[in-house]
Amino acid sequence: MEDKEYQEYIHSHAQKSNELLTIVWAFCVGGIICCIGQGITDLYSYLLKDWDEDKIASLTSMTLIFLGGFLTAIGVYDKIGAKAGGGSIVPITGFANSVVSPAMEFNKEGIVLGMMAKMFIIAGPIIVTGTVASVVFGIIYRIIEVAG
Amino acid sequence: MSIFLDYLKVFSIGGLICTIAQILINRTKMSSARILVLFLLIGIFLEGVGLFSYIKDFAGAGITVPITGFGSTLIKGAKEGAKIGLLEAVTYGFRNMASGLTAAIFFGFLFALIFKSHSKKA
Amino acid sequence: MKKGKHTYFLNNNVYISSAYSLAGPYESKGAFREYFDTIMEDDEWKCKSHEMTEIEMQRFTIGECLDRASISPNDCDLILGGDLLNQIVPTSFSARDFNTPFMGLYNACATFGEAMAIGSSLVDGDFERIICCTSSHYATAERQYRYPLELGTQPTPESQWTVTGCGAILLSKKETIAPVIKGFTVGEVIDFGLSDANNMGGAMAPATAKTIVRHFLDTGRSPDYYDMIITGDLGRFGRETLHYLCKKEGYDLDNLNDCGSMIYSEKQKAGQGGSGAGCCSLVFTSYIYKNLLKGNLKRVLFVPTGAMLSKDSALQGESIPGIAHAIIIESKV
Repeated sequence: MEDKEYQEYIHSHAQKSNELLTIVWAFCVGGIICCIGQGITDLYSYLLKDWDEDKIASLTSMTLIFLGGFLTAIGVYDKIGAKAGGGSIVPITGFANSVVSPAMEFNKEGIVLGMMAKMFIIAGPIIVTGTVASVVFGIIYRIIEVAG
Repeated sequence: MSIFLDYLKVFSIGGLICTIAQILINRTKMSSARILVLFLLIGIFLEGVGLFSYIKDFAGAGITVPITGFGSTLIKGAKEGAKIGLLEAVTYGFRNMASGLTAAIFFGFLFALIFKSHSKKA
Repeated sequence: MKKGKHTYFLNNNVYISSAYSLAGPYESKGAFREYFDTIMEDDEWKCKSHEMTEIEMQRFTIGECLDRASISPNDCDLILGGDLLNQIVPTSFSARDFNTPFMGLYNACATFGEAMAIGSSLVDGDFERIICCTSSHYATAERQYRYPLELGTQPTPESQWTVTGCGAILLSKKETIAPVIKGFTVGEVIDFGLSDANNMGGAMAPATAKTIVRHFLDTGRSPDYYDMIITGDLGRFGRETLHYLCKKEGYDLDNLNDCGSMIYSEKQKAGQGGSGAGCCSLVFTSYIYKNLLKGNLKRVLFVPTGAMLSKDSALQGESIPGIAHAIIIESKV
C-alpha cells in the first residue's frame, strides 16, 4: 500500500466530530460570554457616569480577564473549553485562560524560571502579532497624516 | 424590549464569531494560539478598513469581547498616535493594549501562586 | 534461534515469574478494575508534582513486583524500563532506590515490548533475573506532548487518553508454573506520512501490521495459532485500521484485541481509548497475566505499539513513524 493511498484511507475513515453539536455549543457559550461582557459594560456605564467609553471598555476587558483567569484557576474553564471549543477560546476570557493555565502549570519549576518565564508560551504570539501590527499601522497612518 | 433586542444582537454576533472559530477548529485542527492570532488579525483588519465601528454600533460586546476587540483597540491607538507624532504612532497601540495585558499578567501571577493545576477526569 | 527475517525463538524457557500492576483512579473505573493489584486513590499520590508521582509509581511497582517473588533488589540482575518523559526520568530516578544495575529504554509506547524482548534474550543468556517496567501518567504526558492541563482545548474525536498506570514483570530462569516468553519478532520503524498527532492509532497501524505479518511469514503460523493477538495502544480506530491492513495482506485477525481500546469502559469519555507506555504494561500485568496464570489464555501474541514523535518534531513538520514488537507468550498451566 502506498503512502498516499493509506493517508486517503485514514482521512476517509477517521471518525468525524459531530459538527452540529460542537457548533451549537460554541455559538451558545460564545454568545453568553459576550452577553456577560455587555452586562458588565452596561453596569459600569451606569455606576461610573463620568468615565468615557474607552475607560469603561478597558475596565470591562480587565474584569472579563479576571473572571476567565479565576475560572481557570479553580479548574472550571478547561471543562467549559472541552465542550465549547471556539466558544471559549475566542472571547477575551480565552486569552486569560491561555495566560493563566501555563503560569499555573509551570509554577512547579519555580516562580522565576517556571511561572514567569513560561507564562506566555501560548499567548505570546498574540502580543507579538498585536504589537507588530500596531507599529506597521501606526507608521502608515503617520505617513498619511504627514502627507495629507 | 429594546434591551432584550440589544442583548440578542450581542448574543448572535458573538456566537457567530465563535462559530466561525469552531468550524475552523473542526476542519483544520488549528490550535488555540493560532485561532486567537487569526481573530486578532481579523479585528485589526476590520478596524483598519473602518468597518469595526459599524459592527460595534450594531453588536456592542458581541464584537468587542472576542479577541477581535483587542485588535481594534490596538489600531485605534495607532490612529490616535499618528495625529501627534511618529513615536506616538508606533507606541500608542501598545498603550491601548496595556490594560488587558496588565490584568492578564497580574492575575496570571496571582492565581499561579495560589492555585494548582488539576488533572482531568473526563 | 533466529527464524525467518526478524523472528527469534529463545533456547530456554524464560518465565514471567511475577507481575505487578498499579492503576490510576480513572483507569480503575474501566473494564479491568478487579484485575489491578493496587489502585491509586488520586493521581497525585501525595507528591509535589505529577512527575514525582510517576517516579513514586515506578518505585512502588518495582518494589512490589520483587516482593511478590520474595526476591531482594540485590538478587535482581538488571532493571530494564522506560517511560514517555524527555530523559526517561521516572524510570531512571526510581532505580536509584534499588541497588540494582539499570538500563533505560525508549521506544515510545512500545517500550514494554522492547524491554520484554531484550530482557528475555538476556535471561536466555547469563542473566538470572530481570525486571521490566514501564509507566505513563496523564498529567505528565499532557504537559510533555500537548498543553497545560487547565487550557480550555477541545479533544478531537480521534484523540486518545494517556493511561495513568505502571506495570512491572520479573523475568527469571527458575522453573515455575508462570507464563513463558517463547520468542519475539522485532519491528521496524514504519512511516506512512501521517502527521496528525491526535490520530496516533492511524500512525501506528502500518508498523503493527508489518510486524504481525512478518511474524506469521517468519514462523509459518496462522493467526488462529494464538488465543489472542493483543496490540498496545492503537485505540478503536487504529485497531480497525490494523484489521483492514492485515486482511489486505491475507491474514484475517478474528482474535485481535487492543489494550487501549479495552482499558476504559464505553461510558468513559476517553476518545478512542487509552495510550501511553503504561497502557500495555498495565493491561499485561493485570488482565493478560492473570488469565495466562489461570490458563484461560494459552498462547498470546502481545504486540506493544509506539508512535515516535516529540513536540518539536511535530512543529518542524515531521510525520509520525510507528513501531511495534511482537512477543510470543505461552501459559504453562
